[in-house]
Amino acid sequence: MTPAVSGEQAALKNDPGERGGVSPPVVSIVHRGADAAPLAGITARAIVLPSLVAVMFLLFWDGAVRLSGSQLFPKPLDVLWGLVELAKKGLLVKYVVASLFRVTWGFTLAVIVGIPFGLLMGSNKLVQEAFNPLIQGFRPISPIAWIPVSILWFGVSDAAPVFLIFLARVFPITVSTAAAVKSVQSVYLRAADNFGLTKFQLFSQVIFPASLPQIITGLRIGLGIAWLVVVAAEMIAVNSGLGYLIIDARNAGKRYDLVVAGMVLIGVIGWLLDLLMRQVERFQTVKWAYGTLHD
Amino acid sequence: MIEPPTQSLPTERTGTPAVLVRDVWMDFPHKQGSQATPVLEQINVEIPRGEFVCVVGPSGCGKTTLLNIIAGFLKASRGEVLVEGESVHGPDPRRIVIFQEGSVFPWLTVSANVGFGLNHVSAAERERVIQHYIDMVGLTGFESAYLRQLSGGMRQRVEIARALAANPEVLYMDEPFGALDYFTRFKMRADLVRIWQQEKKTILFVTHDIDEAIQLADRVVVLSSRPSTIRLIMSVPLPRPRDLNSPIYLETRDRILNALGMSLRNGINASCGSHSDASGNC
Repeated sequence: MTPAVSGEQAALKNDPGERGGVSPPVVSIVHRGADAAPLAGITARAIVLPSLVAVMFLLFWDGAVRLSGSQLFPKPLDVLWGLVELAKKGLLVKYVVASLFRVTWGFTLAVIVGIPFGLLMGSNKLVQEAFNPLIQGFRPISPIAWIPVSILWFGVSDAAPVFLIFLARVFPITVSTAAAVKSVQSVYLRAADNFGLTKFQLFSQVIFPASLPQIITGLRIGLGIAWLVVVAAEMIAVNSGLGYLIIDARNAGKRYDLVVAGMVLIGVIGWLLDLLMRQVERFQTVKWAYGTLHD
Repeated sequence: MIEPPTQSLPTERTGTPAVLVRDVWMDFPHKQGSQATPVLEQINVEIPRGEFVCVVGPSGCGKTTLLNIIAGFLKASRGEVLVEGESVHGPDPRRIVIFQEGSVFPWLTVSANVGFGLNHVSAAERERVIQHYIDMVGLTGFESAYLRQLSGGMRQRVEIARALAANPEVLYMDEPFGALDYFTRFKMRADLVRIWQQEKKTILFVTHDIDEAIQLADRVVVLSSRPSTIRLIMSVPLPRPRDLNSPIYLETRDRILNALGMSLRNGINASCGSHSDASGNC
């Protein structure tokens, strides 16, 4: 356990404050980081250790390429110059924006369709029984397998990868939303019933907020997969974006420095997307379900 | 000549009772086979308006089942429940249940929870009622806290405030303090009595704790183990605030224990004969 936590516990002990059954305000009401020293220590450790590992990795990579004598495979610095070159040509921003644009649209469409349909499936047995087999049949088909079909339908355009990402995410989002609805504690539903909620209020005020934490976790993992799919789709179906950059750099002159530069961009952006989604899990309206996992 | 036992109809006494349980029987059907499990047999209870009634009985005896029937969550195999003279066919905001597991919504703040049943009033009135009940249950200062920041006792306080804010005629409470520690439970009972005296609601409170029942109730309904019948209905002739050392208190407790075939005088195991049930309670 971290020193910051024990500080909180000490704060709790100072106030036995049993206003009869009313125990003192717990954890997050208590002011955090009153003593900055141990907190700074944690931050330093959180930065220094991973940086050290990353530097060792880069050194190993550099050394391995030098030892092998490869003319094609880039050293870390070559990749950095590759990134600079892409930035100078204006391709870096252009391709990143193109990829993010497709993921955003494909993912948003999947959310718009998948969440309401999942809510319906989770709360209506008939709909569940009718649609579940079809969905389960579609779900195992890799989005990559849809590439030829999407080119047939949408040609070489933005619509093709957007469609692929939509396909890749809409079924899992539907299924996980339905599962989230079904796992809502029955005592909440009975309380809602007791307070005489209308069907709409039941959905908007109880079922949706109660299943939201699980839905959001599903979306966070799903966004990561959507990011994987867009790269694959761009290698075949379009002529811009990070996936295209990788395949194009290889085909047009074996520019492996740019290939790896593209890979680095994909990794960093995917990581940032995950961090972004983790921030969503910190909102008070969903945080209750995650325990202390994200504290 | 033998006279039939006279049973005065409730309406003949003090007007319509708040809750009237009339000849309720309940069987739980078996999954396979035709044999049903009898849970409740011939339950008759009448609760006048404003009374605090506790239902006690051993674990698993069907107390919660009875409460669920009275609240409208379950349909009795036989018999009926009338609230304010009206037959009960389902849950209703005029009769709020406080659940054992706690049903306060963790995605809402204390204020939003307390205001949950207040959809049909103006914003200003809503604010006023919310604050009134938050103050009443002793959660002043925690209006914007979330459930995860509250202790078990405080959560049940939110639950009570939310129920009261909806202004129900009757409160049904299903072992609401069962999960709390001894000291918290003790304070919660005192506060519940205070709130009941202020609000003058009719309360039906289910518990397996005989002491809790005697500390709280005007009258105690004692259920036998399954299939449950009413063993005893007795008034608690103690003035409030109740002196837990008074001979009347101990006598009341003895009578309830006796009705359940138990005695504290003969030691813990002495009377655990034919009355012990499957869950080891006697």
